[in-house]
Amino acid sequence: MSKRKFSVVNQPLRKIDAMSLALGKPSYVGDLKPADALVIKMLGSPHAHARITSIDVSAAEAMPGVKAVLHHGNVPRIVHTTAGQGYPEPSPYDTFMFDNKVRFVGDRVAAVAAESEKIAKAALKAIRVEYEVLEPVFRIQDAMKDGAPVIHDEPEAKAVIPVPYDKDRNMAAKVDMEIGDFERGMAEADETIDYPFYNHYAQHCPIEPHVSMAWLDREDRIIITTSTQVPFHCRRIVAQTLGIPVQRIRVIKPRIGGGFGAKQEIILEDVVAMMALRTRRPVYWEYTREEEFVAARTRHPMLMRLRMGAKRDGTITAVGLDATSNTGWNGSQGLTVVCNSGSKMLPLYKCDHIHFLGMAVYTNLPAGGAYRGYGATQSAFAYESAMDEMAEKIGMDPLEFRSRNHIRSGDTSPVFRALGEGREGVDQAITSCELARCIKAGAKAIGWRKRKPHTEKTGRYRRGIGMACLMQGSAIPEIDMGAATLKMNEDGSFNLLMGATDLGTGSDTVLAQIAAEQLGTRLDKIIVYSSDTDMTPFDVGAYASSTTYLSGQAVLDVARKVRKQILQVGADMLDCSVRELTIADGVVMRKDGSEQVTFSEIALHSMYSANQFQIGDISSKIVHHSPPPFAAHFADVEVDTMTGQVRVIKYVAAADCGTPIHPRLAEGQVEGAVMNGICYALTEEYLFNPQGRMTNGNFGDYKLYTTSDLPEMETILVPSYEKTGPYGAKSIAEIGINGPLPAIANAIYNACGVRLRSGPFTAEKIWRSLQAGGEIPFEEGH
Amino acid sequence: MKEITFTLNGEVRTFRIEPDETLIDLLRRNQLTGTKRGCDTGMCGSCAVIMDGRAVNACILYAFQVEGRTIETIEGVGDFDRPHPLQTALADAGAVQCGFCTPGMVMTAKALLDQQPNATETEIKKHLDGNLCRCTGYVKILDAVIQCAAPGTEEEAS
Repeated sequence: MSKRKFSVVNQPLRKIDAMSLALGKPSYVGDLKPADALVIKMLGSPHAHARITSIDVSAAEAMPGVKAVLHHGNVPRIVHTTAGQGYPEPSPYDTFMFDNKVRFVGDRVAAVAAESEKIAKAALKAIRVEYEVLEPVFRIQDAMKDGAPVIHDEPEAKAVIPVPYDKDRNMAAKVDMEIGDFERGMAEADETIDYPFYNHYAQHCPIEPHVSMAWLDREDRIIITTSTQVPFHCRRIVAQTLGIPVQRIRVIKPRIGGGFGAKQEIILEDVVAMMALRTRRPVYWEYTREEEFVAARTRHPMLMRLRMGAKRDGTITAVGLDATSNTGWNGSQGLTVVCNSGSKMLPLYKCDHIHFLGMAVYTNLPAGGAYRGYGATQSAFAYESAMDEMAEKIGMDPLEFRSRNHIRSGDTSPVFRALGEGREGVDQAITSCELARCIKAGAKAIGWRKRKPHTEKTGRYRRGIGMACLMQGSAIPEIDMGAATLKMNEDGSFNLLMGATDLGTGSDTVLAQIAAEQLGTRLDKIIVYSSDTDMTPFDVGAYASSTTYLSGQAVLDVARKVRKQILQVGADMLDCSVRELTIADGVVMRKDGSEQVTFSEIALHSMYSANQFQIGDISSKIVHHSPPPFAAHFADVEVDTMTGQVRVIKYVAAADCGTPIHPRLAEGQVEGAVMNGICYALTEEYLFNPQGRMTNGNFGDYKLYTTSDLPEMETILVPSYEKTGPYGAKSIAEIGINGPLPAIANAIYNACGVRLRSGPFTAEKIWRSLQAGGEIPFEEGH
Repeated sequence: MKEITFTLNGEVRTFRIEPDETLIDLLRRNQLTGTKRGCDTGMCGSCAVIMDGRAVNACILYAFQVEGRTIETIEGVGDFDRPHPLQTALADAGAVQCGFCTPGMVMTAKALLDQQPNATETEIKKHLDGNLCRCTGYVKILDAVIQCAAPGTEEEAS
């Protein structure tokens, strides 16, 4: 429970940019495009794996209106990663602006900048390319075989931190960890299970596709305006890729039309920067929806093997998780996503003997990247499905089995230290955990008590209830840093300048609330500017569920410093000591109420009257813990046993995010993540032809849920107080997406006895499983 | 180049257009950027505008097709000093996360409520189902639109 009364934090205020966005004011990259901007279009590879033996762009270059054509023969060849991560990056360097080899259908071959989209498209058709077609490889199992085609055979590809990397065997990353003695734990068990699972391809589908533009300012600096979650990483990686100083680049992030991790990548910015240099004109590049599916990033598909041992009393004696991801044509976020498959689920239940093996494997398919849930989505499916299967084996109610074993306040887990993000993690004890209350509240809302086993169900339509428990993290401890600048204006308003990157979550509002609460003023007195590498201090950006917890601490700290300055000026003006003063609603007053000065009077005084100085400061914060949010999810489904069609009737998500700084936005994070998880579980999938070309890269054939598909949704925020977080807050953005796969799989089993180990849970898959008596073997999709 | 004339946000306007230019391109190059491009294939609803009272996707409408018609875009719906009730409701409900789908949602919902001020929850869900949102799970968007529909009255009473 919240331990304090707040006046701005934890209040249902309007999101600060909500009205301007609802009015349709120019806000996003595409709205800010200069009228004279050149349009960039990219020629994509028709082959999944091929070497470019010759390229002739002369006809394209000669076309009227074409201003530049870029390809591997006329740009710097500098190896880098597209992953927008801390430096040095845990992702391998295996990407070039353009290469003489293509590694997936849609890979960059040549880019045209022209006076119009029409001219650019025509120019693409005039480019002559000859390929030596190579054997492609699409499946994880095939890519790992001896003699498999080597996707990164270029000498430059390398890991830049000391981690296993074997490009000759298509291995982009590997991590192996054991706690206790896994085999001994399995031997001590009364019951054991050993099951495979597969998580399929999916895309974030931000409604605004990737979009960037660039121009040269009067000092010849490159100004990049881009839809990014990581403006500072973007600046660093673009400088690296072009071989120019960071100093020459400014990255501006306006409003973002959704990211969900997809925009934690440097996908367009190197080319727009290069084109601006080459043409000396403003240039603009926006992905089509099909390019967004194919050439942006995806959720890493993963093959999993989950082994578990338990005693009949409900003690878990051993857990083994092997997770191998298909990282696609590059290794972006490959290591860290698979690490998180272990680190974000394995601490959830107490167990002395744990083994985790994670790998990332190159193939000739679209590249995985950061996607909300970041590996935990994948392992939650395996682990939480297995929890139900084990509960059945030992004859225990699955809710009871989870309740006996889940981590609680005061507990720790050796997994926290053993597994970090590409390196060792950090010890931590759980200091806020209301998972037990989440389970209780969710179970009540779904009607868990009336749940019966599937064997007691008859008839064509069968209802079933399933659950899943979840945890995530809040920022990457000892690695990520956030900073904020706060300065006071003469009317008592404040500029809050942050590198923290609001990608639509509402973090600008949440962080302004934290500042206003600490300063003792109203939310509308805070003018937020985020993010701009020239104007705002550094922040790693919006990922790893970090902004509220990490950047929030920087904001809280800078607001504390500024509050002190305000009190000091107030004390000077009222000729008393700071100790005699207090602040409420933008006014500094004597505690006895006898005298007061307003923030405006204080600011005017400090600017114009005596001992003049700018009231303001800067703070940076790293975090030493990554307190997990927790959640219990429940799904009530109906299966039509004649057709196999499954329908989610009701979905309940109960979540503990510490103090919800903005309850309505926190609910919105849960609802959006859950809905994304539900359509990932039921309808979203990539279809590829045998040559590796995606055949359903549009919103007609790739099905997202709409208002007509919506089940009844109930979101329950169960507050705790995380003492290391700003005003008790932890994260909430990612965790919600991890529940629907396992909760719905468990509900389908409870309805009709069908156990699904790969998504999406299509009618066909369920119908065939019913015909087969409960389960069909799955194939690794591609 | 061809000239077309139509009523745009209450004003009769004439534009020179390319024969294959879409309405969204025409609007956006004339600084009406509130109409968003999400898919360019008529499948996400971000570019919804109101044509003669009906919500349509501007990305799959040729500009020449609006000759003589009445088009309303988000810029004509409201402003800071006089927001449309739907805009206020969406903002207050927490229904605007990234906001990229919001103008399209406003236009689609407005087209319905202009015709059917008492639209039911079921009608609203059906009507909005061509508008994709990836942030909100639709929960708070529906809350806001339902709140703007006048409570079911005379027809439903007794």
